[in-house]
Amino acid sequence: MNTRLGVLVACLAAFAATPATAQELYGTLKKVKEKGEIVMGHREASVPFAYIGPEGKPIGYSIDLCDKIVDKVKADLKMPNLKVKQVPVTPQTRIPLLANGTIDIECGSTTNNLTRTQQIDFLAVTYITGTKLAVKKGSGIKEIEDLKGKAIGLALGTTNEKAIKSVADQLKIDLKYHMVKDHPQGWLALETGRVDAYATDDVLLYGLISKSKDPSKYEVVGRFLSYDPYGIMVRRDDSAIRLLGNTVLADLMRSGEMQKIYDKWFNPGPTNIKMPISADLKKAYEIQALPY
Amino acid sequence: MAMKYNWDWSVVLCRAPEQAAAVTGGSGAQLPGGVSALAGGAAQTFDTGAHCAQPYFDWIVSGLGWTVVVSIFAWMIAFTVGSVVGVARTLDQPWVRRGATAYVELFRNVPLLVQMFLWFFVVPELLPKETGHFLKRQLPLPEYWTAIVCLGFYHASRTAEQVRAGIESIPRGQTYAALAMGLTTPQVYRYVLLPVSYRIIIPPLTSDFMGIFKNSSVGLTIGVLELTAQSRQIAEYTFNIFEVFTVTTVLYMLITLIVSTIMRFVEKRLHIPGTIALGGN
Repeated sequence: MNTRLGVLVACLAAFAATPATAQELYGTLKKVKEKGEIVMGHREASVPFAYIGPEGKPIGYSIDLCDKIVDKVKADLKMPNLKVKQVPVTPQTRIPLLANGTIDIECGSTTNNLTRTQQIDFLAVTYITGTKLAVKKGSGIKEIEDLKGKAIGLALGTTNEKAIKSVADQLKIDLKYHMVKDHPQGWLALETGRVDAYATDDVLLYGLISKSKDPSKYEVVGRFLSYDPYGIMVRRDDSAIRLLGNTVLADLMRSGEMQKIYDKWFNPGPTNIKMPISADLKKAYEIQALPY
Repeated sequence: MAMKYNWDWSVVLCRAPEQAAAVTGGSGAQLPGGVSALAGGAAQTFDTGAHCAQPYFDWIVSGLGWTVVVSIFAWMIAFTVGSVVGVARTLDQPWVRRGATAYVELFRNVPLLVQMFLWFFVVPELLPKETGHFLKRQLPLPEYWTAIVCLGFYHASRTAEQVRAGIESIPRGQTYAALAMGLTTPQVYRYVLLPVSYRIIIPPLTSDFMGIFKNSSVGLTIGVLELTAQSRQIAEYTFNIFEVFTVTTVLYMLITLIVSTIMRFVEKRLHIPGTIALGGN
C-alpha cells in the first residue's frame, strides 16, 4: 500500500512540475535544464558587437541581445537562478565550440551564410554590413579596381577574405594578398605601409579608424564588395531554441526596443563610432518583426 | 549530448573541377581513395574523385610544401648560427663568451610569437627608410623570408646551448692533451672537440629539428600560408573543421616521424662505440 501511494505521489508531483505547454524539452533547452547553466560564447574585440568593456566583462550590441534571450530561457524553464557562463571565442573556434556543445549560443559578429548553416544555425539577422576598403587619405584609391598590382591586407578565416578574392578573380584584378591573423595586425600593416588597403566589414573599419592614433589620416572607400548579414548562432536541428531566440528578437523589433539598443551602441556609442541606423537594417527590423 | 555535426571527409580531397576533369580525360587512370593519393604525393597527376568549389587538396599540399621549405631553411640557419654561438660560449675570451651568452638569453627568453611580430612589424621600421621599404614592398615573399630568419635565429639559441653542453661534456684533459701536442685552438675544436660533441648531441638536436617543423606554424601569424594556415583557410571555406585538422595532425606526425627516422639513421652511422649516444645500445 505504502509503495503504491508513494508512486502516486511521485506521479502527481512530476505532473505538477511539468510546464503548462507540456512539451518535452530537447536539444539546447534540455541540456541547459539538466546542467543548470547556459554557456554564452562571446568575441573579445568585435567593437561594438561583443568586446571586453572597462570592467573586464563582455559588453556590446550582440551581448545585450543575448542577455534578453537568456532572460527568456530563465522564464520559460522557470529557473530564475540559472547560471550564465561566459566563454571567449575566436573566428576559428566559434563554430566547433558550438557544434561540440562547449557553448550554447554565440554572441559576436558572425556573418550568416549558407555554408556555415550546414554546421550550425542562425537566429534572425541583427545587423547588415559588407566588405569595404580602408586606405590612407590621399592614396588615390577609390575602388578595388584602383588596387591593380598593389598589396591588400586580409584577415585569415573571415568572409571578407573569400569576398575580396572572388571579386578580384571575377574582375581579373591582380592583387598582392597579405594575410594577417586579426584586425589589429591588419591595421598595423596598413599603418606601416606594408599594404595599400585593408579589407573587412565596413562597420569594423570605422571602429578601427576611431581607435587609430590619427583617425583623420584614414578613410573607408568604395562600394560594398560583399553582403554580410550578422546573426546570433545556435546549434543546428534545434527548432525550440531557434523559436525562443527569434521570438525575443521579433518582440524587440516590433516594440522598437531594438532601435534603442542599436542607438546605445552605434549612435554615437561608447566608442564614438557614430553610425546612424542604415535604411537596410531598419527595413530588416520591420520585416523580421513577425506577428504572433 | 551528442554532437550536432555533418561529417564530410571528402573536402580534404577536393581538386579544382577543371583540373580534375582534364586529368581524368587524359589518362583515365585513377588512384582509388585519398590515402594512397596522399602517399603517392604526385599532386598533379591523379583525380581524387571529390570535386568542389576550391582545390582544398592542393591547398594542403602547398601548405605542407611551405612547412617543409621554411623549416629546412630555418634549420640551416639554426645549425650554422647555433654552432658558432655555441662554440663562442666555450672560448676563453670573456667578451666573446659574454656576447654569445647575451645572444642565447635574448633569443631563448622571448616567446617565438613575439619574435615573429618584432621581426615582421618592428624591424623594418627601425632600419633606414629605403631598406625598410625594400623589406616591406620590394622583397618577394617578405613573410616567408621573415619567418625563416626568425625561426632560424630562435632555434639557433637552443642549438647553441646543445653545442656548448656537448663540448663541455668532453673531459678538459682532452683539450689540454691536444694543446700539449701543439694544436692551435681552432684545431683543437676542429679535430678533437667538435667531432665528438656533435655526435653526443644528436638526440637533443633531433628533438629541436622536429620542433622547428611544429614551430613553423607560428609563421601563420605574419601571413605564411603553411600547413596550419591552409587548414584554417579550408576550415573557413567548408566549416568541416574537424576533418581538416585531423588530416593536418596526421601530416605533422608523419613529418616528425620521418625526421626522427632519418636522425636515428644518422646517429647509428656516426655512433662512436662507448659514448653515451644511441641510448645505451
